[in-house]
Amino acid sequence: MAEVGELGKVQVRSAVQPDAKPMIELRKVNKWFGALHVLRDVSLTVRERERVVVCGPSGSGKSTMIRCINRLETHQEGQIIVDGIELTDDLRNIDAIRREVGMVFQSFNLFPHLTILENCTLAPIWVRKMPKKEAEELAMEFLTRVRIPEQAKKYPGQLSGGQQQRVAIARALCMRPKIMLFDEPTSALDPEMIKEVLDVMVELAESGMTMVVVTHEMGFARTVADRVVFMDRGEVVEVGPPKEFFGNPRSERLRTFLSQILGH
Amino acid sequence: MTPPSAEAATLGAAPAIERRPPSFALGPIAWLRANLFSSWLSTAVTLLLAYFLVSWTLSFLNWAVVNAIWDVPGTGQQVDTSACRAARGEGACWALIGEKYRFILFGLYPFDEQWRPALVVVIFVALYVISAMRRFWRKELALIWLAALTAIGVLMWGGVFGLPYVEQERWGGLVITLILATFGIAFAFPLSILVALGRRQTSMPAVKALCVVYIELIRGVPLISLLFMASVMFPLFLPEGMNIDKLLRAQIAIILFAAAYLAEVVRGGLQAIPKGQYEAADALGLTYWQKTGLIILPQALKISIPPLVNTFIGMFKDTSLVLIIGIYDLLNTAKTSIIEPAWQGFGVEAYLFVAAIYFVFCFAMSKYSQDLERELDKGRRR
Repeated sequence: MAEVGELGKVQVRSAVQPDAKPMIELRKVNKWFGALHVLRDVSLTVRERERVVVCGPSGSGKSTMIRCINRLETHQEGQIIVDGIELTDDLRNIDAIRREVGMVFQSFNLFPHLTILENCTLAPIWVRKMPKKEAEELAMEFLTRVRIPEQAKKYPGQLSGGQQQRVAIARALCMRPKIMLFDEPTSALDPEMIKEVLDVMVELAESGMTMVVVTHEMGFARTVADRVVFMDRGEVVEVGPPKEFFGNPRSERLRTFLSQILGH
Repeated sequence: MTPPSAEAATLGAAPAIERRPPSFALGPIAWLRANLFSSWLSTAVTLLLAYFLVSWTLSFLNWAVVNAIWDVPGTGQQVDTSACRAARGEGACWALIGEKYRFILFGLYPFDEQWRPALVVVIFVALYVISAMRRFWRKELALIWLAALTAIGVLMWGGVFGLPYVEQERWGGLVITLILATFGIAFAFPLSILVALGRRQTSMPAVKALCVVYIELIRGVPLISLLFMASVMFPLFLPEGMNIDKLLRAQIAIILFAAAYLAEVVRGGLQAIPKGQYEAADALGLTYWQKTGLIILPQALKISIPPLVNTFIGMFKDTSLVLIIGIYDLLNTAKTSIIEPAWQGFGVEAYLFVAAIYFVFCFAMSKYSQDLERELDKGRRR
């Protein structure tokens, strides 16, 4: 696998088949917070096994966009189709989509009153109706994959931020989702912990997971992204493979953004 | 060359040795000096308060133990309380309790059947103890409650298994207090959770409005007025010949009253749960009731333990207000026990006796809640 020290130098091979079906489709999505127009005609298609990194200045609507995909936010105009199901007010559709879409948050959002193992087994047991023993074996498998099986009996409050975020990834994976959404997964972490989380995400990318990642980690974008999306003021300004995106930005806004974020 | 400074000398040397704190910072003497005798003013205050404390304790012991009268000649109507009267102000008349404790504890319940309410009190206490232990917190607990409550009903009313029937008007004393408090809490608490959840339903305005109106209406009136309504007004609305007994009506008033207060306490706990917890539960595909029952309530109720227990304790004591509608709870039987001419004027003894009983129950609740908080916190601190 690619060492994070070399993030951006080694490219994880794309896993997208040429005829891959679209997993997420946003068609002219619009959203307002009160009178504030936060998503403006956002259109984006993510195909099976594709890895899309979304970046942009704060307030650009990237988090809102990703949160619309599993209906943590509702859009007001346009269409969002996930795994062939259109997101409407129909609760059955929302539940069906949430079962297939895993999400990792900036602030981890582990359940503090449950152990690490219980955090991971809760949804498989209650939502997937999996027997407890089977759910625990599955959870241990994923906790091993994120390299913290020895913490299974502890509570979230006893773990470091990086460990908590890896548990959050394992918790989402225990639902065996088809798509993983990451909403700034490393923004709340101390610098020395960012690497351990990115390592896990790179591994996940190598396994062929369909991923949408909102992040400021440009090294990660270079390493794993099939395409990078730049959003600004609620619109998708530019989309392209990392080489072109970073090497040859077409819009002035992206050039300014890249010089700010990479310049220091 | 400049001589090495003290700072430079320590840098890079062996790591600093771990030392014990200086002796003046440790031990009971140090604690006394720091907290009680740190200056001449604090020394003076300490000595003054110590003097009051000791002299008050001694005079109380004199009254309550040394000069107390434990027994008087005669019983019932022929009792001779002149010894007690002679000692008024000097010594307590505990003979009152010896004579009247059966009445204070069990009211007008037939004397020969008073083992039944006594057993009920034991069942109640056993029920509290079992419910307090976390290893019994599972579905079977509901069955235990059901069995216990059935047993309590059978024992109190009788009329089956060869137990003579005792009408509800003759129940009294500690049993009434425990019935009102236990059923009050057992029904008000779940109701309050539903009301608190309902009040947060922004997507269901009708439900929310109903909960707000309920809370504000009930909180806006004194418990006494609710009890009056239950006792005097409510029967007027019932069809001819139908009658719900007075105790049940008071019980319902207490449940509704307590639930309104508890709902606001629970709502406070719900508001303390970060939005991210709801979102994480949603993102995993949990339903509303799974999210509420598995993620939100366990955390919200844990935060709410201190104010919840505060309200429970308040409620336990508020049951004594039923005396104004003529129900003989523990406080009312104590008040009634000193109504005979022979015992008039010995209110302090009677009230101290029931105060001690109230205190035992309330203090147990308080202590238990502290232990529970500590246990739920174990290993979960950051």
